[in-house]
Amino acid sequence: MSNLKSVFVLLCLVAGLVSPALAQSDTASLRSLVDALAKGKYAETEQQIGALVATGDPAVAPALQALGAGDLYFRKSDAQVFIAKKNGKRFTLTDPLTLEAEGDAGKREIKKIKVNNKLRRVIRAALGSLTLMASDPNVRVAAAGAIFKAQDPAGIDALETALAAETDDNVRLAMEQAHAAAVLNSDLDEAQKLAAVETLSEMGNREALSLLIGVRSNSEGAVRDAATHAVEKIEKSIAAWNTAQNIWYGVSLGSVLLLAAIGLAITFGVMGVINMAHGEMVMIGAYTTFVVQEIIRTSAPGLFDYSLFIALPLAFLTAGLIGIAIERGVIRWLYGRPLETLLATWGISLILQQAVRSVFGPTNREVGNPDWMSGAFELGQMTITYNRMWIVVFALLVFAGLMLVLKKTPFGLYTRAVTQNRRMAASMGIRTPWIDALTFGLGSGIAGIAGVALSQIDNVSPNLGQGYIIDSFMVVVFGGVGNLWGTLVGAMTLGVVNKFLEPYAGAVLGKIFVLVFIILFIQKRPRGLFALKGRAVEA
Amino acid sequence: MMTSFLFRAMDARAGVFLAIMAAVIILVPAGNLLVPHGSPFHVPTYAVTLMGKYLTYALLALAVDLVWGYCGILSLGHAAFFALGGYAMGMYLMRQIGTRGVYGDPTLPDFMVFLNWQELPWYWYGFDMFWFAALMVLLVPGLIAFVFGWFAFRSRVTGVYLSIITQALTYALLLAFFRNDMGFGGNNGLTDFKDILGFDIQADTTRAGLFAASGLALVLSYMICRSITRSKLGKVLVAVRDAESRIRFLGYRVEHYKLFVWTLSAMMAGVAGALYVPQVGIINPGEFAPANSIEVVIWVAVGGRGTLVGAVLGAVLVNFAKTWFTAALPEIWLFALGGLFVFVTLFLPKGILGTLNDGWSALRQRRNSSGQEDGTGGPRPQAKQSEDAPASTPPPVPAMSRAGASHPQPAE
Repeated sequence: MSNLKSVFVLLCLVAGLVSPALAQSDTASLRSLVDALAKGKYAETEQQIGALVATGDPAVAPALQALGAGDLYFRKSDAQVFIAKKNGKRFTLTDPLTLEAEGDAGKREIKKIKVNNKLRRVIRAALGSLTLMASDPNVRVAAAGAIFKAQDPAGIDALETALAAETDDNVRLAMEQAHAAAVLNSDLDEAQKLAAVETLSEMGNREALSLLIGVRSNSEGAVRDAATHAVEKIEKSIAAWNTAQNIWYGVSLGSVLLLAAIGLAITFGVMGVINMAHGEMVMIGAYTTFVVQEIIRTSAPGLFDYSLFIALPLAFLTAGLIGIAIERGVIRWLYGRPLETLLATWGISLILQQAVRSVFGPTNREVGNPDWMSGAFELGQMTITYNRMWIVVFALLVFAGLMLVLKKTPFGLYTRAVTQNRRMAASMGIRTPWIDALTFGLGSGIAGIAGVALSQIDNVSPNLGQGYIIDSFMVVVFGGVGNLWGTLVGAMTLGVVNKFLEPYAGAVLGKIFVLVFIILFIQKRPRGLFALKGRAVEA
Repeated sequence: MMTSFLFRAMDARAGVFLAIMAAVIILVPAGNLLVPHGSPFHVPTYAVTLMGKYLTYALLALAVDLVWGYCGILSLGHAAFFALGGYAMGMYLMRQIGTRGVYGDPTLPDFMVFLNWQELPWYWYGFDMFWFAALMVLLVPGLIAFVFGWFAFRSRVTGVYLSIITQALTYALLLAFFRNDMGFGGNNGLTDFKDILGFDIQADTTRAGLFAASGLALVLSYMICRSITRSKLGKVLVAVRDAESRIRFLGYRVEHYKLFVWTLSAMMAGVAGALYVPQVGIINPGEFAPANSIEVVIWVAVGGRGTLVGAVLGAVLVNFAKTWFTAALPEIWLFALGGLFVFVTLFLPKGILGTLNDGWSALRQRRNSSGQEDGTGGPRPQAKQSEDAPASTPPPVPAMSRAGASHPQPAE
């Protein structure tokens, strides 16, 4: 149905563009043809539709469209035909040819032009053939799509003429598919039907599949065999696309996990600090985005599309500074006592949550998506939303950036030295307390950045962080402490496994399986997938 | 045998605790039932229930203290065992409703009728009998803890890793119990109980009885914990806490010791949950929330880990504060609780009781050294107390604790 609607919109656009040019010459004759619709019974209406189509003028399309949808009325006083839409108690009238508003009318003053199912089919086919010759290729594709949906044999001739004249490859393809669909529904000979099945099987999507399943049950002989074969082939390709879609969802979930866990991997891996307030850093990042957007809304609405870019450094700084404050204020007194650190940071997380709740209120805050993050596109038979795609890209960028910082900068060098052997690093003159504070700040700041990204796909509420903390720990523990590659692999694996379990076990049970799996996995490899080996572990 | 085992648990401190508990167990129900309304000594029923709830929390804290304070296993999932015990009791109470439910089905609880279930799932069989439910209260948490501990301790998962997977355990159970098709009432849990062992669950006498039962369970569990920690077994546990590898090299099967206290502690938590449910009248999956388990740990930390009595004290104090705050200043409560976590870990690493003990023994030492001849002042408790307090926690001085800081695991 929505396709028909979009066809209508396109038709209106085309008609709007074309009609002024035609207005001088043809409007009068067209109007008399349209007004003729007001008279007569179904059989006559069919002829009148035929006459309208025979003009070959796209300007009649809106009238036919309205007729099919039951929106075409005539005024009892002068038998003039209008497109009428109910508006409260009265009807707004639109001229079917010029599409200009013509005032309104009461219920009694106008009368609907009746159509039956047969007429509707005729109209659909007529619209298809009318628009197959339109100048806009999008309109032609939509027209072919309409015929494909209707599988109307009446459209075959129109399609063949259109195909002969068609130059655009995409449109040709759509027309050929529509042609095939129409042929299969007609009583043409077997050879043509076989060719049609072949065309559809190459098309390979769900629509072709349902069409072919219909053909399989309605036909016999070679066509039936061909259809069965084609159905199997399409089912296989759809299964493959489903797998691809699942992998994509998994990667998408995995990149969310990666974003949430990567900061934790740094603090946990480098400093051995269990930071239970990590989720709250994510939350603070999300709220920073909210504040930035609020300010932009009130003072500079034009910048809205850039709000995330403005929020990123701010979120990094805010969360990073809070992280450093936590490290300097609390955690440094607790080094060497991991269990106490866990409890203290849990306390901090409660305080931060309540603080945010007091300032921003307990309800969800709305963070908007900029234009470039909303919408979706199709890749083969998968639908990919832009916000998910950008988050995957962003997660990988953050990961790469972090790797770069750790491998290529002096700060990274010091950090790695402290991770591998704290006392040795201290002996070499590295100020380990500073490295600790900065590393903790870095981990927290990255959590803040993650918050900016997650604000685009999750509710921004004081509890935002809590939803991620256990998952993040699972990722870090699964991937192995002190190894960012482990975190990447861990996050992606868990994401994909989760999404593959979901169809079989449901979302919740899938999650439980994953948790149980990790619990068992830790038994086998207590230090994760990519454990640090050598002296670092023993020391 | 049993009496001598329990007798070993007795000393001055245990005596004080038991005396206080005995007074509470007798006076509170008496104040509720015997003292007439209007008298200043009358204890209102809601207060009895509230204090009964505190006692079950205290029992849960005791269970956590046994594994954390004495064996160094920081469990962030003990609320799971608590809730499992609670569910076992809740299932018994559901079956007792009988035909008095909204739908009046003699066997199926209301929520099953509502979900269109035709017959009772197999795991609900037997829960119409109290002895069976009581057995399950012990066995279900015990069994889950045993299996979990079997895997965890054998593969030597320790320290924070263990804490995190206990948290994952309770989180997984939380998600599972939220599901309607698990047959435990889903989101709403089990509620609308009518009576227990034939007594009306709303009646004052039943409430007083439940209070007394909670008190007795707490006392009994305390005696068991006390006798364990003062036995040779207890010494090994403390040694495992402080130097696990060394104990292993000395030839002890560390995982067996851990598994034993872990399972016992889970069963105690289960009993606590079973006593909790009839008093609050509901059990739902929210009890599995990881946050609950962590809160229990802070009760123990406030009271003083490795002191047993401290756990009880901490649970009662923190929960009393919670009740008061959430009524008077609900905004402040999470700040206060969060601050408590930070404050206790930073400034009171031994908890209230541990700090008092330290002060007490320091005072005694000074007195002893000033007057040598005065040797009758009880030399035993001094030695005992310093053993009980956790030895692994260094004072909060950064310079000292820095040495082995790079690892999430304890130094051993």
